[in-house]
Amino acid sequence: MQLRSEQFQLLATDAMADRDARERRDVMGLLLPAVRDQAVAQLGDFEGLRQHVKKIKDHTLNHLSHYLQQFEEQVVMNGGHVHWARDSAELNRIVLDICRQAEAREVGKGKSMITEETGLTADLEAAGFRVTETDLGEYIVQVAGETPSHIVGPAFHKSEQEIRDLFFEQHDLGDRDLPDPPAMVQEARAVLRERFLAADVGIIGSNALIAETGQTMLVTNEGNGDLVSTLPRVQIVCASIEKVLPRPEDALNQLRLLVSSAIGTTVTAYTSFYAGPRRSDDEDGPAAFHVVLLDNRRSEILGGNYQDMLACMRCGACLNHCPVYVGAGGHAYGWVYPGPMGSVLTPLLTSLEAASELPNACTGCGRCEEVCPAAIPLPDLLRDLRAEEHNRKITPARWRHGMDLHSRLTRWPRLYHAVTGVAIALLHRLGRRRGMFHRLPFAGGWTAARDFPAPEGDTFMQQWRRQQRVAASNQASHE
Amino acid sequence: MTKDPAPHVALFVTCLADLFRPSVAFASIALLEQAGCTVEVPGQQTCCGQPGYNSGAVEASRPIARSVIETFEPYPYVVLPSGSCAGMLKKHYPALFADDPDWQQRAQGLAARTWEITSFLSEVLDFQPDNGALTETSVTYHDSCAGLRELGIKDQPRTLLARAGVDVTEMQSTDICCGFGGTFCAKMPGLSEKMVADKLKNATDTGAAMLLGGDLGCLLNIAGRASREAASLEVRHVVEVLAGRMDGAAIGEGR
Repeated sequence: MQLRSEQFQLLATDAMADRDARERRDVMGLLLPAVRDQAVAQLGDFEGLRQHVKKIKDHTLNHLSHYLQQFEEQVVMNGGHVHWARDSAELNRIVLDICRQAEAREVGKGKSMITEETGLTADLEAAGFRVTETDLGEYIVQVAGETPSHIVGPAFHKSEQEIRDLFFEQHDLGDRDLPDPPAMVQEARAVLRERFLAADVGIIGSNALIAETGQTMLVTNEGNGDLVSTLPRVQIVCASIEKVLPRPEDALNQLRLLVSSAIGTTVTAYTSFYAGPRRSDDEDGPAAFHVVLLDNRRSEILGGNYQDMLACMRCGACLNHCPVYVGAGGHAYGWVYPGPMGSVLTPLLTSLEAASELPNACTGCGRCEEVCPAAIPLPDLLRDLRAEEHNRKITPARWRHGMDLHSRLTRWPRLYHAVTGVAIALLHRLGRRRGMFHRLPFAGGWTAARDFPAPEGDTFMQQWRRQQRVAASNQASHE
Repeated sequence: MTKDPAPHVALFVTCLADLFRPSVAFASIALLEQAGCTVEVPGQQTCCGQPGYNSGAVEASRPIARSVIETFEPYPYVVLPSGSCAGMLKKHYPALFADDPDWQQRAQGLAARTWEITSFLSEVLDFQPDNGALTETSVTYHDSCAGLRELGIKDQPRTLLARAGVDVTEMQSTDICCGFGGTFCAKMPGLSEKMVADKLKNATDTGAAMLLGGDLGCLLNIAGRASREAASLEVRHVVEVLAGRMDGAAIGEGR
C-alpha cells in the first residue's frame, strides 16, 4: 500500500472539515470506549489477565524461532504447508503461485490486516483473479475503492446513507429498496453468498498461531471467515510471525483480552480453529491448507527497543481511545495501521523519515497505554521514536535548535532567570491590558488555534527574591 | 505513623507558574503554610526538562534531571503545582537513568519524596482548607492527563474542593486530553484546535462559570481558546481557589 504518512496533517485537516464524518467519529469516540470499559469491568481481573498474557507473550517473543519452528512442524504433521515471506512482495508471490497451481479463478477473502499491509488484493487482481472481500466492512471498502480506516471496523468512516448509495450504484437492485441497515446487510449477504460458493481459494488472516497444535485461530462476528475457509478447495492463512503463541490456552487467554478490548463483548460470534486440510473421514473442508508467514521487518524489531510493539493483538482499543485518532480519522495516517499503534508500527515497518509526522501525532495523554490489553507502553515508544527523529536530524532544525537552546538555558539558573525575566517583563508590558495575544511571533502554531495568555507580571522568581530581600532587611532593622 | 510536626517542603514552582502565573506559586506557598509546612523555594530551580524530553531531546534532558535532583536532594518533601512536572520527576527521571545505577538511585530517592500539590495536601497532610470557599460560583474541573494517568490524581483535588465547600459540576469527557500536549499544540495546531474546542464546549455545556485544573499547560490552552471564542469561562489553577486567593485576574484576563 502506498505510504502517505507525510501528509498526515493535511489529510487530518481535510477529515475534520467533513462535518458529518467528524461528528460520526466523535460519537464513536464516546461509544466504543464506553462499551469497552463495561466489558473490561465484566471480565473481572483484567489487570491480572493482562499481566499474565504479557508474560506469555514476552516469553514467546524471546523464543520466537523455537515456537515458529514448532508451529511449522505441527502444521506439516496436520497435512498443511508453511511458507515464509521476507516481505510483502514475497507473500503476494507465494499466494499467487498457490492460486495459479490450484488453477483458481476466483478468490474469497476474510478480513486480514496482513494482506492489507502487503497489498495482496491489488496483486491478485492484476494477475487476473476475481477477488471478493467477504467481511462486510472490508466488502464495503472494496466496493467503494477505498482502504480501511480502522483495523477492526474497516468501514467505520462511512455513513448508512453512503453505504446505501454505494449499493444502489454497484449492485443490481432493480425495484428493491434498502430501507434500513438489516436490509443492507441482507443485500450484501445475498451477493456474498454467491461469491463464497464460487471461490476456488479462500484467504483469511489469523488472531493467533498455536505452536503446540499447529492450529490458526480466527475470531469473527459474521461467520464469513468460516465460509471462506471451508467452502473453497484451497485455504490460505496469512499471518505475521509474531502472532504465534505456545499453547491453545494462551490463545484463549489472549482472546478474552482481545474481544473485550476490541468490541466490548465477552466473546465473538465465531471463534474458529483451523488445523489443516480435510481428512479422509471429514465431511467438508479444503483439500489444501497453506499458512504464509510474513516477516516484513518484524525480525528487526525483535530484541530491540520496540519489541513490546510485537505484542499488539490488533484490537483497536488504542484507536478508539485516542483523541488524535478520533479527530484525524484513520485515513489521515496514510498507511495500513492508524492511531497510536499505527504511529509506532508505520515508521518501524516503512521508514522513520517517510512517517516522521506520526510519532508527533500524540499529546502523550496516556489513554492508549491505559487500555492496551497487551500493556504496550505506546506513549514511551512514540517518545523514543521522536528521540530518534531528533538524533537523526529528521526533526525540523528550528525545533531541534529551539529545544537544545532551551535545555542549555535550563542548566544555567542565573542566566535562565535573567533571560526569562527580561522576556516575561516585555510580554507582560505588551499584553497586560487585554490579557491575551491574538498573534505572537514564534508562536504561530499556538495562536493559530487559541489566544496566548499574557504573563501575569514579573516572574515568580523575581517577585520572590524581592520579597526575601525585603523580609531580610526588615529583620535586620528589627535586630 | 507519627506525623511530622512541621513538614519541611521544597516548592518546585515549575516554569509555567514562574513565567506566566506566579500567583499559582504564591497560592501554593500559602496553602502549604496553612497546612503547617515550612516552605522553601530553592533558588537554583528552572524547568524540569519536559519540553525537550517529550520532543525527542532526551539526551539533553539528562543533565537537567541531574541538576534538579541535586537541587532538591536535601528536602524531605518536594511539592509541585503540576501533575505533569511531578510525573516527570517521579516516573521519567528514574527511567532516564536506566543505565546509570548511581543516578538512578538518586532519581528514585527524589521520586519517592516528590508530590503533586493536591495529592500532598490530601494524602500526606489530610488538609482541611478553611478559607477557600467559593460557594457562589459554579465550577467544573479538567483532569490533566499526566497527573491523572501517571500519578492517579482524580479524587484529590475534588476532595479538597469539597472540603472548601466548592461544588464541582462534572463535564463530559473530563478525563480526555485538552489538546495541549506540550509542543503538540504548536506542531499540530489543527488537531489541537479540535481537541481544545471540544474541551471548551464540554466545559461550557455544564453551565459552569469557572474551570479549574491542576496543570498550567492545559489551563493556558483552555483559557486561550475561551478567549479566542469569546466564551465567558474563567480559568484558574485549583490552588488559587483552595488558598482563597481569587482577587487577581483569572488566566489571560486583562487589567
